[in-house]
Amino acid sequence: MAEKLELQEVEVWDGNMAFAQAMRQAQIDVVAAYPITPSTPTVHGYAKFLSDGYIDGEFVLVESEHAAMSGCVGAAAAGGRVATATSSQGFALMVEVLYQASGMRLPIVLALVNRALASPLNVNGDHSDMYLGRDAGWIMIDAFNAQEAYDLMLMGFKIAEDLSVRLPVMVNQDGFITSHTAQNVRPLSDEAAYKFIGEYKEVNPMLDFCKPVTYGAQTEEDWHFEFKARQHKALMDSKSVIEKVFEEFKELTSREYSVVESYDMEDAEVAIVALGSTVESAVQAARDLRENEGIKAGVVATRVIRPFPYEEIKETLKNVKAIATLDRSAPGGTLGMLYNEITATLYQGDSKPVINNYIYGLGGRDMTQEDIKEIFRDIKKNADAGTLVTPLQQFSGLRGPKLSFFN
Amino acid sequence: MSKIIKNLKQFSTSNDRFEGAHLLCPGCAHSIIVRELLNCTDDNLVIANATGCLEVCTAVYPHTSWDASWIHIGFENASTAATGAEAMYKALKNKGRLKDPDKPVKFVAFGGDGATYDIGFQFLSGAVERGHDFTYICLDNEVYANTGGQRSSSTPIGASTTTTPAGRVSYGNKKMKKDIVAIMASHGAPYVAQVAPNKWKDMVKKYQKALATEGPVFINAMSACTTEWKFPSNETIEVSDLATDSLVFPLYEIEDGHKLTITYRPRNIIPVRDYLGVQGRFKHLFKKENEYLIDEMQKTVNAKWELLQKREEAGV
Repeated sequence: MAEKLELQEVEVWDGNMAFAQAMRQAQIDVVAAYPITPSTPTVHGYAKFLSDGYIDGEFVLVESEHAAMSGCVGAAAAGGRVATATSSQGFALMVEVLYQASGMRLPIVLALVNRALASPLNVNGDHSDMYLGRDAGWIMIDAFNAQEAYDLMLMGFKIAEDLSVRLPVMVNQDGFITSHTAQNVRPLSDEAAYKFIGEYKEVNPMLDFCKPVTYGAQTEEDWHFEFKARQHKALMDSKSVIEKVFEEFKELTSREYSVVESYDMEDAEVAIVALGSTVESAVQAARDLRENEGIKAGVVATRVIRPFPYEEIKETLKNVKAIATLDRSAPGGTLGMLYNEITATLYQGDSKPVINNYIYGLGGRDMTQEDIKEIFRDIKKNADAGTLVTPLQQFSGLRGPKLSFFN
Repeated sequence: MSKIIKNLKQFSTSNDRFEGAHLLCPGCAHSIIVRELLNCTDDNLVIANATGCLEVCTAVYPHTSWDASWIHIGFENASTAATGAEAMYKALKNKGRLKDPDKPVKFVAFGGDGATYDIGFQFLSGAVERGHDFTYICLDNEVYANTGGQRSSSTPIGASTTTTPAGRVSYGNKKMKKDIVAIMASHGAPYVAQVAPNKWKDMVKKYQKALATEGPVFINAMSACTTEWKFPSNETIEVSDLATDSLVFPLYEIEDGHKLTITYRPRNIIPVRDYLGVQGRFKHLFKKENEYLIDEMQKTVNAKWELLQKREEAGV
């Protein structure tokens, strides 16, 4: 039996330690992992817990991230709780197996510490890796600080392993800004955390030899479509389970989570939609602008990225006049993901706010308070004019002449 | 637990854990190699299968040929799938959560030569280095048969393949076959062996030794490919006999990374050209301008056999 750790009511942890502690408390059966910055301390923390007797699961030190996810798939199909951690290039190397994990409906949890994708090589935080995985059929949840990284990692196991879900879950946090910044975190006790997640529930385990199973069969035009449709339905239906788990977590800790988070949106005329640590920065900037410049600014964030919270986005943004969608990933010749998905959603609604798109923070470029305020002031012009008077897509925080597209 | 090696009568009356109903080509050696593995033990089996002929021909939904726990992830990671499952077995055993903790479980991975020598090589190396208790069996038909006969790093020199076709100015594949057995033995794996389905008693003995070995085992199984080697589908065993009797495919085992034992010595060693002559993939070598290659191949085979015998004698 693994030893218990006595935790303080308030611990000072960075985002990686928050991930590692939640993984320890989940009593994972198999972790297969490979090191990559900035997620390495998650794995270091886990390894130290193992060495000190606080973990009694298997820890497989594989030779690549592709093998890390492959090992997770083999282990999860065998029948038990499984997780890994990665970032950036490592995530890119895993992509093939991400699709296989979700296709086989295996409840693996991936701790993804977001980082830019090369080239040029860059170790800092942006959302290129997160965006790369968005069609992989995983539930995608985003943490904006260390406390949320801890909370959502615990909830990730409960959501993934729910008998009506059985899909893999990736929990994101920003590289360095969240992962390496020490913050106050209020953990649960080991007993309470494990009780909340619950015992692992087996579904068609390979280690049940009374009922041999075939995992990863081939289907062609006769069955592939039905499998993928069913998988999509399971992902869409997982929203109710995610909400149920958020509710149970609130009852336990008083900490409240929603599939779409909104800040100061009751009377907001202009809103930023963002992800990651930028959400807290934007909330700060919005409050400043309300106080000092009289701009009715608010912030909206998709806590759950997949399944996409369509209804909640429509509801939350129904009264605003202008929206800035902030994408922290190079858009690759189109508009950013948040722009496309938010705009498509609101097109189905009754209100038609003016929406534009900002690409920002690539490769860890700071998003300053002034940058964010400038965006709010920008879209205030759109709100006042009732039409797009700013460029549709701009690069915020870029050195050199202003860059804009789709004008 | 090992089973007794069956005679023909016992074969005809026992249930196979690998069903005869599959989509492999008539005359494919894969099914012999695989069936013998599944039937040589009563232990529970978890099988991982790389993408390839065996995988696409045995698990097409809603059918399966496997009366054992089976998983296919991708082309490169059968070794990792098997060892991930093995890690879960160890974890659950340690935590007292196995349903039947006293019954042994064996973990076996199958991959073709493309999956083993090429795309899955790093994964295999990692899995063996980590010391997992599993057996990896390479179904070596010296070509990417499933994708249409392209060369792999197991393809022998002189073979005509779809990516190294013999032509007006080319004799086919220019590279020597990679010595995978030596490479895997160099990992320090406790047991490494080469087998061929025509010598099935030798093969089954090695399988049973492999499953009884604690730690990683690698077996390279010659799998004559009627489609890509281009011989009639009723001559698989005859062609395999020519491979083992010409010593193009010698049968031996290596224990603890160094102790080499030859397990089959042909009574009459036949010339390499007799083996080449029955296969369409080597037909062009018998043209006058290419015949020197046959002599060179014979010299390579002789030198390798010499080396194996010396290593056996010296115990290194």
